[in-house]
Amino acid sequence: MRIAIIDESTTRASIIEEGLAQLPDSEISILTERQGLIARLEAIAPDVVLIDLGNPSRDVLEEYFAISRALARPIAMFVDAADDEAIEASIDAGVSAYVVDGLSAHRIRPLLDLAIKRFNAFARLQTDLAAAEGKLAERETIDRAKRILMDGKGLSEPEAYAELRRKAMSSSRRIAEIAEAVVTAHDLLGDGA
Amino acid sequence: MTEHLTIGFLPLADACLPILAHEHGFAEEEGLSLGFQRDVSWATVLDRLLYGHTDAAHLIAPLAIAATLGRGRPAQPLAVPFVLGLNGNAITMSTALASRIARSERFEDPRELGAALASEAAARKRAGNRLRFGVVHRYSSHNYMLRYWLARCGIRPDEDVEIMTVSPPFVADAYASGEIDGACVGEPWNTLSVERGVARIVLATAQIWRRGVEKVLAVRRPVLEARRPAFEALIRAMRKAGRHFVDPENWDGNATILARPEYVGGDPALIRRAISDRLVLRQGGEPVHFPDFMFQHSEAANFPWVSQALWLYSQMTRWDRTPFSPGEAAAAASVFRPDVYRSAMHDTGDPLPGASSKVEGSVAQLTTVGTQQGVITLSPNTFFDGDSFDPEKIEEYLVRLP
Repeated sequence: MRIAIIDESTTRASIIEEGLAQLPDSEISILTERQGLIARLEAIAPDVVLIDLGNPSRDVLEEYFAISRALARPIAMFVDAADDEAIEASIDAGVSAYVVDGLSAHRIRPLLDLAIKRFNAFARLQTDLAAAEGKLAERETIDRAKRILMDGKGLSEPEAYAELRRKAMSSSRRIAEIAEAVVTAHDLLGDGA
Repeated sequence: MTEHLTIGFLPLADACLPILAHEHGFAEEEGLSLGFQRDVSWATVLDRLLYGHTDAAHLIAPLAIAATLGRGRPAQPLAVPFVLGLNGNAITMSTALASRIARSERFEDPRELGAALASEAAARKRAGNRLRFGVVHRYSSHNYMLRYWLARCGIRPDEDVEIMTVSPPFVADAYASGEIDGACVGEPWNTLSVERGVARIVLATAQIWRRGVEKVLAVRRPVLEARRPAFEALIRAMRKAGRHFVDPENWDGNATILARPEYVGGDPALIRRAISDRLVLRQGGEPVHFPDFMFQHSEAANFPWVSQALWLYSQMTRWDRTPFSPGEAAAAASVFRPDVYRSAMHDTGDPLPGASSKVEGSVAQLTTVGTQQGVITLSPNTFFDGDSFDPEKIEEYLVRLP
């Protein structure tokens, strides 16, 4: 089975590729470029096309499939009404699948299930990464706020932190938010040092 | 109690009404809280609507009809209770092509430009290198307006030139890489191509059909029935946003809101051009005023005329090369829901037309029409070739089209 993956994120494409490689007799091609997409697809002649939902080339692809159908080439979108549940799951995961006519249903389902799993795995990876980056940025802001309080009020580091925490608790906000406010106020009012 | 609605949209200036209804508190006044889901392809906007990620969507009008008729995917009935605006699109040409056939510093004359384009297209076809045009989607008014114009000027859209799909945000790139010679797209993407020096604006789609239906608010029919009061509230909120949008006092503020990255994104000064109907046609040029370039409010602009849905259906059968079917025509007509618009606006004093269908292209001068409430004066709504569309006689219309 020839599978084409269209994804501008090379990381995600390789995560999907790795997962789909489990399928027997699969031959996977990855397209990351927007330009020349249709010509490359024609060269590959895939049985299945997987594309992420947020890809702007989806309209181009659907146009291509529509025209191919008009020319009596056996290409159809994977939008059989009977597969509503599968389509919904794939949309939730952020993947769209387009399947060439003639590929039997029992071969499509495991493929789509796998693709959905891999998309979800990528989404989790992204969320973890974003959370880690957010934490790091917060840590830096809190450190800057502590330094401002230490310099400005002659506090020790534990005292500066306690001050931030007290303010956060009394105003029911997060320490990071209070730290952010301290840093912003300092940037606006401070001597800029 | 506040009810929440999520609305899908593409980054285009004509997504303005729901966004401004939210930003200026008109939705809140109607007891609604609005959330937004930005996407980059119409296929995704439609998927999210059909599978309930969104409650309503900013959508190209013909796609709402195509989805209902089951073209390209299994049929799902959509409803259009509100038209987000008329026109607001332009036709651009690469600077190379425009310098050969465009004559003026203004918007061109559609007939003269069409004649010049016809000979250019014939020459390019003989050389084995057909002119290529981009439209934003197969089922878009952009596609139908461009094809209507080309065909009437003697250019066969699928034989003499090529028409392909290009997503709005990538039109300027497509010019820069030589992929297209012309395009029909909404704002601010024409302006962006002009600013990058890769293309010139040559026509407004309003020159092809003075009152052409553009984006609509699309809802799944069962969802509309189930939550009708919420959607009627949304209609009223968007009407108020429209009144705010057309007031010159608010152009700067609204351009700034739309320019935010979560909405259209980009430079407010560029977005302001479409809002104020003052487009810069070529890089470094002076702004040219085109009255009603975008048409979002007056003359019942948001009223879903059934005849507009039927015109779109006539073009769909024409270019999909499918036979005319009275059953399909009835299904297409049922997508537009003037009844919902009426019940939403009833008692607001906002003018409501007396009829729900009209002969499109028949108003050649200011005309006062029969109304249910208020007074409506329609200004010209003509097609550039002087033809008109009677929704009662679609088959006759299709026969006389080139």
